Amino acid sequence: MRVKFLYFLSNVRPKLQMVFGKRLSGDVYFKTFTALIACNVFAVLGLMLYKIIQESWLSIETYGLGFLWGTTWQPVPPNPSMSPSFGALPLIWGTLVTSAIALLLGVPISLGIGLALSEFAPKRFAYFVSFFVELLAAIPSVIYGLWGIFVLIPFLQHNIYPPLQAMLGFLPLFQGTIRGPSVLTGGIVLAIMILPTVSAIARDVFAAVPRSQREAVVALGATRWETSKVVMSYGRSGVIGAIILGLGRAVGETMAITMVVGNSFNMFDSLFDPGYTLASIVANEFTEASSPAVYISALMEVGLVLIALALVINALARLIIWRTTKMVAGAEAV
Amino acid sequence: MNYKIVAYTEAVALIAIIAGFALYSLYFTQQSVTLSGAGATFPAPLVQKWTEEFYDLTGVQIDYEGIGSGGGIKQHTEKTVDFGASDPPMKDDEFAAAPGTLHVPITIGGVVIVYNIPGIPKGLNFTGEVTADIFRRNITRWNDQRFVALNPSVTLPNEEIAVCHRSDSSGTTAVFTSFLSDENEAWKNNYGASKVISWPEETLGGKGNPGVAALVQQNQYSIGYVELSYAVENNIPYGEVQNADGKFVEPTMQTLADAAAAGSLILPAGDKNWISVGSYFNLRNVDEPGNGYPITSFSYILVYKELNVVPGMTQEKAKALAWFLWWIIHDGQHYAPALSYVSLPLEVVTHNEATLRMITFDGQQVNDWA
Repeated sequence: MRVKFLYFLSNVRPKLQMVFGKRLSGDVYFKTFTALIACNVFAVLGLMLYKIIQESWLSIETYGLGFLWGTTWQPVPPNPSMSPSFGALPLIWGTLVTSAIALLLGVPISLGIGLALSEFAPKRFAYFVSFFVELLAAIPSVIYGLWGIFVLIPFLQHNIYPPLQAMLGFLPLFQGTIRGPSVLTGGIVLAIMILPTVSAIARDVFAAVPRSQREAVVALGATRWETSKVVMSYGRSGVIGAIILGLGRAVGETMAITMVVGNSFNMFDSLFDPGYTLASIVANEFTEASSPAVYISALMEVGLVLIALALVINALARLIIWRTTKMVAGAEAV
Repeated sequence: MNYKIVAYTEAVALIAIIAGFALYSLYFTQQSVTLSGAGATFPAPLVQKWTEEFYDLTGVQIDYEGIGSGGGIKQHTEKTVDFGASDPPMKDDEFAAAPGTLHVPITIGGVVIVYNIPGIPKGLNFTGEVTADIFRRNITRWNDQRFVALNPSVTLPNEEIAVCHRSDSSGTTAVFTSFLSDENEAWKNNYGASKVISWPEETLGGKGNPGVAALVQQNQYSIGYVELSYAVENNIPYGEVQNADGKFVEPTMQTLADAAAAGSLILPAGDKNWISVGSYFNLRNVDEPGNGYPITSFSYILVYKELNVVPGMTQEKAKALAWFLWWIIHDGQHYAPALSYVSLPLEVVTHNEATLRMITFDGQQVNDWA
């Protein structure tokens, strides 16, 4: 048996050569091998989707599309004659709002860091800062969560939120009781967490803008700020890609946000209210979820909604990138 | 031809290393007995301590995974572990799915009501009725008449109560809400008793006991519930709760043990269905007013009466397992107080001894020394 196998192995090359009709070099093997590995991505994603849809089928059947706009979450009703009810709207709302806050606060800072590093900072300093920004990315999210609970929340609660409410309290967004763990705190922690991703990519994108572009603008008498604007618009599609990667991280972030968002299942209207996100409820409830069977299925469907949300965001991002690159190409043609 | 020699040498070396690993692991698995258990997270640190001490004592290696009570019951039913662990006793359908299960109480837990009101130390009085009204936000201010009536000597502030609860699915929540359900009709009808509750709006959820402890400590005028040890270790003020005899009892190791000792009078035989014990004890002691703290519960190890139903079980392993269980309810209990767990009272230990004598392997009693 073993001898046969070895014999087979020793003859693979001539056999393949017969099939392909030419002498094979290492390149072909390597190409096939890497292609196979790349195909694993499809396999993993496909299997994952298949499994999640299969597991959440019971919930999809039971609640239908109403799952997406239901606003109650009661896995074990107080009365056995009532059936459990699941609705994910407050979770989707919480996820979108916290992610939006993260982008609103995080992206301008990240672009600033990116510009500073590629355009203004001396090389040594830029290297130094890059190192620390990348270090931020290496901090586990549970550490961000703990830091959020013990350092950030007390600070925000006592020093930032009261004046914020005094200034912007006329907006419904900033009304109501001030609470430490809240949607706003969750968004702020997420903003810090997406900083390294977005700023590192933005820096690379800006650095990749051809020197000729800058020189041309400077030759026209532009100031440094005006040059930076040109650099930013040249790298627009790259910057959008960076923002989308950051958004992906914000939407899927689990541990840190669970620790600071307040975990309260409701359709909040003030940013000081506690909220809940899709990823958080899975983290909170999945470990001990046992019965009823539809409960686990509903949690799986929450995961499915999260994946769908990520897909939609990515698709939108592609669309924007295509459109903007087309516009740029069009402008150049003119 | 040089590279060929190198390749052959490499292949031989690789095979030798793999074979070495295989032999090594084979040698060590045959060396000593290894047992596995999984279940509740609440007793996990104590069980961890026990497995370490027991290993030093006997060389028997026991791996325990704190995966939660639900997971513990599941793995016990599927017989993928040698023993399971759970905070609540098995429900009727769960017990029916795993016939021949023994319930062995190994330690005692207590849920305490913690609060953070500046200037007010521990010892506020709570009844189940009023506590439930606070947690369902029917009582929203600390100086509500119903709460003031319980604490006439304390000046309570006119501040809104911030309600904090567990956000993760938890046995602690199940025990606490069982108590609230039994004491308050409105709670029972709207929220009920379970590991996850559809909490009222504007309440804060924290992950795990540390999460709730942090929420209560950081938010003034808040209230929450945690396991006793977390309240003690974090130095958070906690209240006294009225038991079925009408006494307001401070949760301490002693009052928890008292509640368990009183509860031991109604414990079913080890191989029977334990659902009647419920999630917590709050028994009316007939003779004299009891000192037991009402929101007290057991944590259980689940093990099969006839161990040969577990795949991979041998006479030797069965003996080691029975010995381990016997050891934890006796000598093992001495390690409990240092880790802020409550030792089992004598009544419960005696009850457990009878249970452990029932363990057999191929029909023969395993605990032949007992």
